[in-house]
Amino acid sequence: MDVTSAFAEAFSLITRLDTGFLAIVGLSLRVTFTAVALAALVGLPLGAWLAMTRFPGRSVLVVAINALMGLPPVVAGLIVFLMLSRSGPLGGWGLLFTPAAMVMAQTLLVLPIVVSLTRATLEELWTEYRDHLTSLGLTGHRAIPTLLWDGRFALATGLLAGFGRASAEVGAVLMVGGNIAHYTRTMTTAIALETSKGDLPLALGLGIVLMTLTLAINAAAYAASRIGARYAG
Amino acid sequence: MGASILPLRADGLALIRDGQRLLDNMSFVIPQGGITTIVGPNGAGKSLTLRLCHGLILPDEGNVSWAHDARLRHAMVFQQPVMLRRSVRANIVHALNAVAHRSPQERANEALARFNLNALADRPARLLSGGERQKLAIARAWALEPEVLFLDEPTSQLDPAATREIEALILALSQEGLTILMTTHDLGQARRLADRILFFNRGRLIEDRDAASFFDAPETPQARAFLAGELI
Repeated sequence: MDVTSAFAEAFSLITRLDTGFLAIVGLSLRVTFTAVALAALVGLPLGAWLAMTRFPGRSVLVVAINALMGLPPVVAGLIVFLMLSRSGPLGGWGLLFTPAAMVMAQTLLVLPIVVSLTRATLEELWTEYRDHLTSLGLTGHRAIPTLLWDGRFALATGLLAGFGRASAEVGAVLMVGGNIAHYTRTMTTAIALETSKGDLPLALGLGIVLMTLTLAINAAAYAASRIGARYAG
Repeated sequence: MGASILPLRADGLALIRDGQRLLDNMSFVIPQGGITTIVGPNGAGKSLTLRLCHGLILPDEGNVSWAHDARLRHAMVFQQPVMLRRSVRANIVHALNAVAHRSPQERANEALARFNLNALADRPARLLSGGERQKLAIARAWALEPEVLFLDEPTSQLDPAATREIEALILALSQEGLTILMTTHDLGQARRLADRILFFNRGRLIEDRDAASFFDAPETPQARAFLAGELI
């Protein structure tokens, strides 16, 4: 198949809303949304706590979490694989090669981004707000809701960056998901597989969707910072 | 409102940082009413004294005491007013919620009306002009229904028109019964506003007198030099 007809076929897959195609896109989005939501649920409070507390070894922890932002996806995959494999500590859960395993791997990738960005954003805000909030009796954990809300635009950008990283990643979900058709096949794993099999239309179609998604994420991040500048100053 | 939290007593305050006595043996009493203004050169300890009185920092020696439990009964406006990344109204409501005020929305509306901020209510606070920010910061503090208001250099960043407006506000608040302790580096402002002067130099209280006699006949050579515009 030549490239031109592959493109034509790819667009046809998208425009006629091919069910197999949509199932793959849907699973990808579900897995990544869940992972980002979980990472936010854990990462926002954890980052806020790190921003507000001082203890011995805190700088080491901060540097370690910053470093984890660059955690290679295959290493994240390996960690989750070891945890979930039959002999691993969570082996009894029987989650290996399920969408849940992919969610875990992506959460592991997104979490350091959320924690790190939350800590940095809130620390800066706290420096600025400290006097006023202390004056109102909002110190320690009582200051956190104010700081999270006032950092909302920066934090939204961070969550979008996490979403971008998770949705584009292939190594980790391949290792723990297994790329099983109709079950754990995501956009990225499908592209890798279909390209090697020579099914270019499907790979191209998914690639176009993935690019569009990335574009949308970046547009949203840009909008968040613009809206932030306009409405929050 | 319970019994008055005044007088405020500062008794032998000292603040030591890196072996330096930034404040030393500072004692004064603030009774109810009036505008007491702390004047003195840079580094005299004016702002630190306000922060100690407001409870933001603790003294290394001496203590600050109130006649009654004063928690949340005194408010402070900082030299650089902190503007939350929210609307003008939300800034006031946030402060009221923080102190668990019984009717934050209504009280915020009162504050907006009292300080002529209605037209700006929905604007992002951080996009206000310097004068508007200062007015919002004072309105936000006023909304908390304090008995004492601490103002740290309330007009140091403002142009003359805004300064005039803020000074008029301070006088009005004082006439309404609010007790005010403020700092200024602007002697003209101290002349215009103060009922009483606390003159600080190098962390010590040098003179504590009613404003008229301080300006007419300063007792100490330091105060005379300061009023004459010399570097002391």
